[in-house]
Amino acid sequence: MSDAVTALAGARFDGIATIEEAPVQGMVTLRADLTARKVGTAVKTVAGGPVPGPLGWFNAEGRGAAWMSPDELLLFVPHGQAAVAVAALEAALKGLHATAADVSDARAVFRVSGPQAREVLAKLTPADMAPDAFPPGMFRRTRLAQVPVAIGAGEDGFTLVCFRSVAGYVFDLLAGAAAPGSAVGYFPDGA
Amino acid sequence: MSFRLDTGGRLIDRAAPCRFTFDGAEHAGFAGDTLAAALLANDRMLVGRSFKYHRPRGLIASGAEEPNALVGLGTGGRFEPNQRATMTELFDGLVAESQNRFPSLEFDIGALNARLARFLPAGFYYKTFLWPRAFWKHVYEPVIRQSAGLGRAPTEADPDTYEHFHAHVDVLVVGGGVAGIEAALVAGRAGARVLLVEQAAHWGGRAPVDGGQIDGQSPEEWVKDALQHLEKMENVTLRLRCQAAGVYDHGYVLAHERLTDHAPDAPGPRHRLWKIRAKQIVTATGAIERPLAFPGNDVPGVMLASAVRDYVVNWAVAPGGRTVIVTNNDDAYRTALTLLDAGLTVPAIVDARDTADGPLPQAVRARGVPVRTGMAVVKVKGGKRVTGVGIGPVNGLAMPSEIIACDAVAMSGGWSPVVHLWSHCGGKLTWDERFGMFRPDPDRAPTGADGRPFVVPAGAASGALRSGECLNDAGRAGATAAQAVGFKAEIREKVISDSYENHMEFIWVMPRRAEPAARMKMFLDYQNDVKVSDVQLAAREGYESVEHTKRYTTLGMATDQGKLSNINGLAILADALGEAIPQVGTTTFRPPYTPLTLGAIAGEARGKTFQPLRRTPIHAWHVENGARFEPVAQWHRPYCYPRKGETVADAVGRKVKNTRENVGLLDASTLGKLLVKGPDAGKFLDLVYTNMMSTLKPGRCRYGLMCSENGFLMDDGVVARLTDDSFLCHTTSGGADHIHQHLEEWLQTEWWDLKVHVVNLTEQYAQVAVVGPKARTLLEKLGGDIDLSKDALPFMGWAEGTLGGIPVRVYRISFSGELSFEVAVPAGRGRELWDACLAAGADLGVMPYGTEALHVMRAEKGFIMIGDETDGTVIPQDLGLDWAVSKKKDDFIGKRAQERSHMTDPDRWKLVGLSTLDGSVLPDGAYAVAGGKNANGQRNVQGRVTSTYHSPTLGRGIAMGLVKSGPERMGEVIEFARTDGTTVKARIVSPVFYDPEGEKQNV
Amino acid sequence: MLLLTCPVCGVAADETELAPGGEAHLTRFGPGSDDATFESYLFHRKNPKGVHFERWRHAHGCGKWFHAARDTVTLEVFGTYSAQVTEPPRDILDRIAAKHPGFEWEGGA
Ligand SMILES: [Zn+2]
Repeated sequence: MSDAVTALAGARFDGIATIEEAPVQGMVTLRADLTARKVGTAVKTVAGGPVPGPLGWFNAEGRGAAWMSPDELLLFVPHGQAAVAVAALEAALKGLHATAADVSDARAVFRVSGPQAREVLAKLTPADMAPDAFPPGMFRRTRLAQVPVAIGAGEDGFTLVCFRSVAGYVFDLLAGAAAPGSAVGYFPDGA
Repeated sequence: MSFRLDTGGRLIDRAAPCRFTFDGAEHAGFAGDTLAAALLANDRMLVGRSFKYHRPRGLIASGAEEPNALVGLGTGGRFEPNQRATMTELFDGLVAESQNRFPSLEFDIGALNARLARFLPAGFYYKTFLWPRAFWKHVYEPVIRQSAGLGRAPTEADPDTYEHFHAHVDVLVVGGGVAGIEAALVAGRAGARVLLVEQAAHWGGRAPVDGGQIDGQSPEEWVKDALQHLEKMENVTLRLRCQAAGVYDHGYVLAHERLTDHAPDAPGPRHRLWKIRAKQIVTATGAIERPLAFPGNDVPGVMLASAVRDYVVNWAVAPGGRTVIVTNNDDAYRTALTLLDAGLTVPAIVDARDTADGPLPQAVRARGVPVRTGMAVVKVKGGKRVTGVGIGPVNGLAMPSEIIACDAVAMSGGWSPVVHLWSHCGGKLTWDERFGMFRPDPDRAPTGADGRPFVVPAGAASGALRSGECLNDAGRAGATAAQAVGFKAEIREKVISDSYENHMEFIWVMPRRAEPAARMKMFLDYQNDVKVSDVQLAAREGYESVEHTKRYTTLGMATDQGKLSNINGLAILADALGEAIPQVGTTTFRPPYTPLTLGAIAGEARGKTFQPLRRTPIHAWHVENGARFEPVAQWHRPYCYPRKGETVADAVGRKVKNTRENVGLLDASTLGKLLVKGPDAGKFLDLVYTNMMSTLKPGRCRYGLMCSENGFLMDDGVVARLTDDSFLCHTTSGGADHIHQHLEEWLQTEWWDLKVHVVNLTEQYAQVAVVGPKARTLLEKLGGDIDLSKDALPFMGWAEGTLGGIPVRVYRISFSGELSFEVAVPAGRGRELWDACLAAGADLGVMPYGTEALHVMRAEKGFIMIGDETDGTVIPQDLGLDWAVSKKKDDFIGKRAQERSHMTDPDRWKLVGLSTLDGSVLPDGAYAVAGGKNANGQRNVQGRVTSTYHSPTLGRGIAMGLVKSGPERMGEVIEFARTDGTTVKARIVSPVFYDPEGEKQNV
Repeated sequence: MLLLTCPVCGVAADETELAPGGEAHLTRFGPGSDDATFESYLFHRKNPKGVHFERWRHAHGCGKWFHAARDTVTLEVFGTYSAQVTEPPRDILDRIAAKHPGFEWEGGA
């Protein structure tokens, strides 16, 4: 998979926040009963942590899991390891009604960081981006202007996942919202 | 004349002069001026022409309610029409122009309308232009268009940017006057997340102009202190130049912030539209003074009394040297004191009341101003500006008993709370007989998702007009709002000193016995030229509903939405109908409070982010190679790749020919790909497809149809069975998301006992169709571990492996009738595959083709296309697809509906091929005519064209269409109507024009 | 602009994050049903001025369908609940009855 390319080849914009397309990232959709013990064990093995609760996620060093719905997780694995992860999940969950699929190429991932990151996102999504409403560790699927996205809050900024085909649109949105001189001054600085 | 005073002006900075132009003339003002103040300072009394009669008009107000002073601002792409001069902040270099005049403001031809005024009464649009019909297009409409309308739209693209911002707050306080500030202080101290917005560029509203004392401080000092407190609170956000335009369901509010209108060179967006979710909303929107309806009340120089003192106090501008004040209440006496303090002359106060003995009138009398009680202004002298007023008894005719020379008139007909935001979402009003106003009824507030009130009126907006009541009312409102959100709030009662006593007398027509001719000069709605006589005429003609009267007379329908005219208008209607004002009621208050700009509404949705544009992983190649694109849903797909100088038709012909003779490539990445997996996957697919999917063998593909519950064909595509419990369902390019949702809907809401997962893998794969007699050769040249031979990978089979070092899944399916392989690879390697195919196919004559060649080839084969042959009223049986509708299955979505009598009617229009006798291409969508006419006098029809192309393979036009009982009429010639009235003959033939035996795809 | 709390993920979702799905608690009639019953299932929908039970999907969110009980006049939301039930939960019906004395659920169509 050495030749795989991301949708925007690592585009970047620096304004009141920094917008970067993340490098290639392994991603797996897991559909299953998330409360099943076997699922918990399998997720821990593949993603390096327990099944996150509703609207939760974790992500450390390229591995992680995000709660998408009561029967769906988005698992993060290092690039190139998605197929292996799918196989491992299928093996571990044999006998359960579970579906694992490699979606690494189906999505684009952005990082939005800097003191005004919350404001940049709040220009485009109806989700409440206030620090107490969207703290680190929270992952919410919502809308960014006219397309569906998922936003995960971390200690040092946000991860935003969208469909690959609209990566250009999403990047243009974020860059526009981060245009110099457009700070809103609504959230406490650096929150 | 109007002029700048030598001293004063709390908002202007005399050290910062600004130059500006109005209709090309250069003028000077100061930073802090509004354009309105600066125009008055330069004696530009005449600022606009009215909409209907083109009457000369001057400033009436000083704020958002101004109906007359609408100007065009800026130049080129930054030109903005219909801006209120009263809300426009002056800056150095501002360019403004007047509107609705030709050729000039001073001399306007349209003013002839004014002479015709008696022929243009209420409802004249409805009465005058009915007949003859042909006149509409050639006479009435052009004339109306020429004379109507306000500003012109800019013709150049707007270079500025605009944005939205979503804010979620506990308490939104609207209005930054003392009431709003106090409410925000109380709610902020309680700990609520507060957003305070003010439409003007400064805090404090009217209080600093109107005077009095708050806790021993001047209002100005109090505002300054309060702002310092608010700014220190982390939970409070303050916004000037931010107009809350509308309150909507469940606490949703739109607010329009103008960021750089006053500083056009500043970076950042010009406007920001705030989309606010507020748990509670405090409307501290103040009150608006009402004009008085006396003859000539629209002559430039006649202004609201409050506006006159605003101009003097805020901007040190005197609207006149000699100002007559006409009033029915005490408040206007403040204006007299203000004018006297500024050294200006007040020749008389004309007070409609019998007595005027409150503290304010006494103070004015003490300074030697004659107070003429029981009197009215019955005439205004002057055309383009006031030169004097005639006064007479308020209960008399419009016959002046005396003329007073003056150059300005300050009028006050009482105050109306600004209840718009309260009312937008269902807040009800109550009529306050004492003050003559509608105010919010606290018992009938708008309610939110929890069924509890979510709007709290505060201060003057709640009817607490006297400043003593106003501030404490606002504090309580702030506390109520904070408490409703769950905070503990403390109120500190304020000690307010104010001498104002509101003893007002209703005077809706001045003088009361004014004869009809005089009533035709009493303007209610300045912008739309609606007069007292118009409302009375409407009542005489039978208009009893205030909503009907509004539309008939256009009262309150201008861009100011009747902020000055509503109450006066409905009072006159009530009088004419002999009813009480509350019985007549108000018209509905609808957002926006003041107009929003289109830029603010559009926000980021313009230019390249106007709407999402979906790109395939191979998109860049298409762009680099001159593709013409067509939108398919939000995808941009290559339509064709014309060479330099080549027509589209020739390019398509070349591609079709090459694909049929050599090999073509199609970027098919947009096809929907849904993984359906689980123990019940087969059972589920049997329910959602019309044909049987559970019998499909792993490794094989089957074409399937999906219908909606009402039987109509919704989507089609090839299903590949991957394993025993998993299928990959291909959908149309436009249908992937919709079909994914359709499947989820049935799984979640009807068959939730089925164990099935659906995962949308559309974008995980790039898909390239390699099509044509040399397709296999091309793929074999890529090298890999898949046996592509006919036996190993037969038609409608699929295989997995690698090609050119890339992991692939290859489907042997064909939408062209040729040997065809669809190769799916991870999207990140799509371009790599595409490039490899081009390289491997170079000596085979490979050429990419676009959607048009795809369409032509599928039409040559008689393959249907969802959206062409289907339109939401077509069932599979109409398209000869009965073979794909299972008769064995007990149930599938749409089965029962397809048994309805209309669906089984033998006369249904059914799919056939159409071959023109002259070889021409049938017009798309053309109808086949039948004998006779229908009830509307149109020719009867018996079918229509659904797909029509020039076939490069056959060298003639081919078409498909739906024709009444078509398949039974093979060989019959029918006629299709062209738009020019002629018809073209076509023979009904089989829809399969090319390779009817299917030999070519099965090699 | 409604604000409905998705009972599946707990998000207070903006109307623009939701997709409406019409009347809730319809009983599906398929092959074998008579014309009148099928017609009623396919076409006839309640359009009450007042309490209504609706289907919504948290489209820009967890993607799940849910039910909402809502007053179409005041827009009061009595509650949202699972889509995988054939009748509204008792606590929501009680809440409605408290606001609309005498209210009784008529049953699904
Ligand atoms: Zn949800």
